[in-house]
Amino acid sequence: MSSNPFQKRREEIFNLKALRERRSITTMPDAIPIQQRTTICPQCGHALTLDELEANLHVCRCGYHFPIGSHYRLQLTMDPGTIREIAKGVKPFDWLHFPGYPEKLKAQRKKSGSTEGVSAVRGKIGGYPVVVAAMDTRFFMGSMGSAVGERITQAIELAEHKKWPLILFCASGGARMQEGIISLMQMAKTSAAMERLSRKGILSVIVLTHPTTGGVTASFAMLGDITLAEPGALIGFAGPRVIEQTIGEKLPEGFQRAEFQQEHGFVDQIVPRRDMRKTLIQILRLHSRS
Amino acid sequence: MANQDHSTPSIRELDSQIDRMDKRIQDIGDPITPADVVQLQQLKRDREELLHLCANPTPVDRVYLARHPGRPGVVDYVGHLFTDFFEQRGDRLYREDPSIYGGIAMFDHHPVTVIGTRKGKTLQENLACHFGMPCPEGYRKARRLMHQAEKFKRPIITFVDTAGAYPGKEAEENGQGEAIARNLAEMSQLRVPIIAVFTGEGGSGGALALGVANHLIMLENAIYSILSPEGFASILWKDPSRSDEACSVMKLTAQDLYDLKVADEIVKEPLGGAHRDPDAVYHALRTAIRDNLKTLSRLSGNELVNRRVAKFRAYGIVDTKKS
Repeated sequence: MSSNPFQKRREEIFNLKALRERRSITTMPDAIPIQQRTTICPQCGHALTLDELEANLHVCRCGYHFPIGSHYRLQLTMDPGTIREIAKGVKPFDWLHFPGYPEKLKAQRKKSGSTEGVSAVRGKIGGYPVVVAAMDTRFFMGSMGSAVGERITQAIELAEHKKWPLILFCASGGARMQEGIISLMQMAKTSAAMERLSRKGILSVIVLTHPTTGGVTASFAMLGDITLAEPGALIGFAGPRVIEQTIGEKLPEGFQRAEFQQEHGFVDQIVPRRDMRKTLIQILRLHSRS
Repeated sequence: MANQDHSTPSIRELDSQIDRMDKRIQDIGDPITPADVVQLQQLKRDREELLHLCANPTPVDRVYLARHPGRPGVVDYVGHLFTDFFEQRGDRLYREDPSIYGGIAMFDHHPVTVIGTRKGKTLQENLACHFGMPCPEGYRKARRLMHQAEKFKRPIITFVDTAGAYPGKEAEENGQGEAIARNLAEMSQLRVPIIAVFTGEGGSGGALALGVANHLIMLENAIYSILSPEGFASILWKDPSRSDEACSVMKLTAQDLYDLKVADEIVKEPLGGAHRDPDAVYHALRTAIRDNLKTLSRLSGNELVNRRVAKFRAYGIVDTKKS
């Protein structure tokens, strides 16, 4: 594939995006040289330098998994030189003429360097051809509007068409408010596509990362054959604040975390970021038909 | 839709004025004295006038009407539109959730499966039904009933009136998200006709979980939205008190949803809302359901599935014809 000059260029751009995501985690001012910037772990308060972060795949010593961008995620997961983006042309649309939405989209694009809250690709993992989509909370909290729903659906349909396993890394605050009912309809659209894929006998693996909530949890994120989660990821339908308001009491420590969801029967395995690729290769091997 | 004059009172005010008038009309009862007769006539004229002021509800008015406690609920619709209703309870996995009301009934001498969200009429019922917000058990019961409908080739008719799925602790522990997701996925592939009727509030995934239908009917004052206006304002502006503002930008009225091709049909309500004349609503709905069942029953299982999937597949695709 890499003999094709266009593909090579695409690959370079992809890797540049991933590099930018790897380094964009710190919120410190640009005046400070990049190697001296640090990021505070929200779990243990430890200050991590960029080198430390990169060496540990953006996981703190205490085990806290920082949310990461979709290109970086795909780079970590897939075989180098095989990644090819799909559905890139699918763009968000202002269905409701919602005040301020186009400007907000522009700001999000600038801030994150992405065009939407999910990137979908085809490529290989451990030599196995797959379709993978990774959501990105740095773009509008990874919220699902029409473009996110459409990219995910196209990824599912490509997997169905190619008969390749599908892997979806979920990370989302839920449905995107600014696209209103059209966002809600994406739940039905993606779920229907997942059901068709399943009935064709094709494997789907869902990886729940921090946070996966709302409309994404109530659609494709809960419809995989195999469900994995990153440690400590918040996974739920209603947000903790809403639940606390409803029941009028504080929620216990660890409520809706990956470990809680596993205990309640919704997650097969909790897999640290360092072992994710290895685990996915194992699953693909167990489903290979040779 | 013409914006209503700012001097017109809100339907909330008109509604209570009409209620007060009804009370006075009732107090007079059978008029005895000529004075009573005159007064009664005057009252009735005034009432009529007030009703006519309700002719152009704003989105905020419609949200008020959609939530009106006197509005018919699923139990009323089942009682008035169907015969021989046999209620089915429980999800066979964990529990019975009364906020989903469902079973088998006759419609025009044909058996159908009816499922709807229930808010309850008394406080006790309200509490048991979480004010119409189902738990995962409820959605799983609905799914069980739908699969049975498919097995026995019965059309499915759902009645949706919910602020959303119940956001409680136990509901989360039991997989609220998974329960809704499964419904969306499996409803899309059912080989029988599905008609969804949105009668009041249609909030979020909790409403969609009964809404993956071939044909979606909305009552004129029903609403359907990604979240309640309060929740929307709270997420977007961190201020639930701005819900009135949310109502006007959310595009949640039946007409908005018809324009966005989410609703396929709007059923007119009497002036002042469905609670002013429920019989008129039952009559109009009966006709709408009958007509659509007739059309959908001609389609094969494959066609029903393909059309339903195609309908939902099309949401969110930007028309390439740039305007």
